[in-house]
Amino acid sequence: MNVPALTSSGGCRTAPVLKERGQREVFCGLTGIIWLHRKMQDAFFLVVGSRTCAHLLQSAAGVMIFAEPRFGTAILEEADLAGLADAHTELDREVDRLLSRRPDIRQLFLVGSCPSEVIKLDLHRAAERLTVKHAPHVRVLNYSGSGIETTFTQGEDACLACMVPVLPETQARELLVVGALPDVVEDQMLTLLAAMGIGPVRLLPAHRVDETTAVGPNTVFALTQPFLGDTHAALQNRGARHISAPFPFGEEGTTAWLAAIAAEFGVDKATFAAATDAPRARARKAIAQASEHLSGKSVFFFPDSQLEIPLARFLTRECGMTAIEVGSPYIHDALHGPDLDLLPAGPQISEGQDVEKQLDRVRAARPDLTVCGLGLANPLEAEGLTTKWAIELVFTPVHFYEQAGDLAGLFSRPIRRRSVLKLEAAE
Amino acid sequence: MKLTVWTYEGPPHVGAMRVATAMKGLHYVLHAPQGDTYADLLFTMIERRNHRPPVTYTTFQARDLGSDTATLFKDAARDAVARFKPQAIIVGASCTAELIQDDPGGLAEALGLDIPVIPLDLPSYQRKENFGADETFYQIVKTLAKDQPKTPRISCNLLGATALGFRHRDDVEELTGLLADLGINVNVCAPLGATPADIARLPAAHFNVLMYPETGEQAARWLEKTYGQPFTKVVPIGVGATRDFIAEIGEITKKDLLIDESRLRLPWWTRSVDSTYLTGKRVFIFGDGTHVAAHARIARDEMGFEVVGIGCYNREMARPVRALAKEFGLEALITDDYLAVEEAIETLAPEMILGTQMERHIGKRLGIPCAVISAPVHVQDFPARYSPQMGFEGANVIFDTLIHPLVMGLEEHLLTMFREDFEFHDAAGASHHGGHAPKPVATEAVEDSAPVEVVEATGTDVMVWLADAEKELKKIPFFVRGKARRNTETYAASKGLQQISKDTLYEAKAHYAR
Repeated sequence: MNVPALTSSGGCRTAPVLKERGQREVFCGLTGIIWLHRKMQDAFFLVVGSRTCAHLLQSAAGVMIFAEPRFGTAILEEADLAGLADAHTELDREVDRLLSRRPDIRQLFLVGSCPSEVIKLDLHRAAERLTVKHAPHVRVLNYSGSGIETTFTQGEDACLACMVPVLPETQARELLVVGALPDVVEDQMLTLLAAMGIGPVRLLPAHRVDETTAVGPNTVFALTQPFLGDTHAALQNRGARHISAPFPFGEEGTTAWLAAIAAEFGVDKATFAAATDAPRARARKAIAQASEHLSGKSVFFFPDSQLEIPLARFLTRECGMTAIEVGSPYIHDALHGPDLDLLPAGPQISEGQDVEKQLDRVRAARPDLTVCGLGLANPLEAEGLTTKWAIELVFTPVHFYEQAGDLAGLFSRPIRRRSVLKLEAAE
Repeated sequence: MKLTVWTYEGPPHVGAMRVATAMKGLHYVLHAPQGDTYADLLFTMIERRNHRPPVTYTTFQARDLGSDTATLFKDAARDAVARFKPQAIIVGASCTAELIQDDPGGLAEALGLDIPVIPLDLPSYQRKENFGADETFYQIVKTLAKDQPKTPRISCNLLGATALGFRHRDDVEELTGLLADLGINVNVCAPLGATPADIARLPAAHFNVLMYPETGEQAARWLEKTYGQPFTKVVPIGVGATRDFIAEIGEITKKDLLIDESRLRLPWWTRSVDSTYLTGKRVFIFGDGTHVAAHARIARDEMGFEVVGIGCYNREMARPVRALAKEFGLEALITDDYLAVEEAIETLAPEMILGTQMERHIGKRLGIPCAVISAPVHVQDFPARYSPQMGFEGANVIFDTLIHPLVMGLEEHLLTMFREDFEFHDAAGASHHGGHAPKPVATEAVEDSAPVEVVEATGTDVMVWLADAEKELKKIPFFVRGKARRNTETYAASKGLQQISKDTLYEAKAHYAR
């Protein structure tokens, strides 16, 4: 198993981190509902919040999914705040109404928001009460997706973490793979693991509540997303052990991720090679083609999804790019360390954000590609910078071998587009 | 507490952002938690604006709540003024900041800035986006307008156009041209394109054109009361309304106004025989009050439709819309609950909906054509071409908008004549639309029941998809599936393969990766 070599110039794990505080141009954790509700097909996400929360979900979804979505907002009104109405009674009523109309719902998430946190509405108590009331058909859990506590992808982390304590106990030595993946990617991953003789593999989140995800002292778990810090801690509390590895982006990341699991399960070299050689070769070929427009170019990451560090590792090592700044909302050494080790020294690593200062830096650096949020992309394009909006990285299948070319393509397309457009008058 | 799936209006601070973003030289300091910055993308993505909205958010987090969010606000305000050098700032709170009661107005006042500071009080748990825009614009006008002599020539202000407004950009251009034809100058257009200095000049106009009562009425009323500027009550959307609007301006200015109508095509287009099929089409109209009222008149008097339902989502317009519905012999539907609107449409089963993007989706589900006539907006409501709703060109645009979703005259007959025709059948929709897909129903059934492997393959040009590859292909989103299938087959052909396996599919994918 050829584990990727550390860079000769040293990695970024011990590089000084620029920590900034100021205006943060990021989504809140509620945004995760947009993909989580598609992944968990018997779940409903009920945000207890304000009109702003409802408006965010609608706007972040971009294209409104009108086929009665499995999420909604219980909008707090003046009477709820003034204490005229008991918010808990109101919530029970709305939940009763929802569950009677939607018998397909088996798990209900009460999702806390900024206003519900500030008025200290105890959703944990509400979830316990409602679980008793609607058991055994519906399980009610709660987590916070509020902007005061979570940034964008941390919403998925909070959601998965709240499921961990209610997972059944098992003594089996099993692999648990954690993180919501698109179905096609999940199937590819399971095929790869099966080819190495690893199984049964349990998934968190599972598609449905009845499925057999359990956890215990003999569970080992691998993370597929770099933003699952709280879930990581919750699983360790249940006695499970983390298989530390770079994240499965690109050929190298995928190989390193699989190799760590293979080592844990004692998979021999020949089996590993038999399972991975063909897709590895394909991935390398696809990346080589897609990164034709990336090689030698510079990239600057605004903090957004916490995918920035593994993606910077992929772009620099596999696509020939140079990173100028790699910003992440949060950096967890236990999660991001292996990727930081592989990221060649040089870029400024930054954590947190003061958006105006960071904009000053990007304007000074004028990178060939800027990875940023939707609010910044068009304004920076208008200033002549080429951008890739970061949210697409969360909404597109990008993990593992067969998507490695697509992942490079997401970054090369804006650069390619700029070169194909000819809008000036002919000379 | 009220369960909401989709909303017609955002919170009131988004209304304030629409005003701030429309203007120049104004900055909005908004006390708001991390995450509320999502609102920027409404402007940069939906409206494709090439500048960030002029908004500084404090983006406080949980750890700040224990300490000092007030200092955070003061720092943000001071930094924003130093960095952006605005002529004036508006300050306020979003829903969460309203709960922590930091009083942004008072805090900003205490900074002793040398520019006007306009505090906004927008109750997030009672009111919505349109109120937020209307109230913000009113507060700006009230603070900044300066008494001054009227312009020597007759002039007016255009009031109410904002950022993220439904065709506001083009309506302003159309009305400016129309007024120029009438010999009337536009003194100031606000909020769209105005600076705080321009707002100060509002009282120099002889009268005001209130383009959108939703976002400009409070300011128009205050200017009338304070500076004696009358404002127009007719919103010039549609032929009749545009003519009434011109007559109203004639009364205000006490002049005989003549207008060249040669650009106006709607009257002939609607009288021409091809339009006969429009007669008596049953339509349901829903949107903001102003656009609904205008379209009710257009539908009945200018298109010859039968109006079977009317409603609006903004409660502020409930009274005029109820009165209008009564005039049509109907009961108005005043609600912001999208499920209630869907239910009403389902019950009434109209032949067409004139609505918003929400109703467009309802129509899609129920198989009813829909023309979009009002906000809330979608990226499609910001066309690259000139596409006003107001004035004569607006009437022409609306004629096209209203007939586009419908099946054309002759095609309608063909549908009736050949009910089981493979191209013209009920499920196919209008043939000039992309969604029109004559489904080969029979073949699909065969594909499903017969295992793909047993299909007889003869000759080198026949490609067989193995079951696992076919299954894998189905996992690819439908909108790129066709391309994936084609690419894989081309690739397989180039390799001389006659069977496509799952591996072939991914070999091809890698081959075509860009």
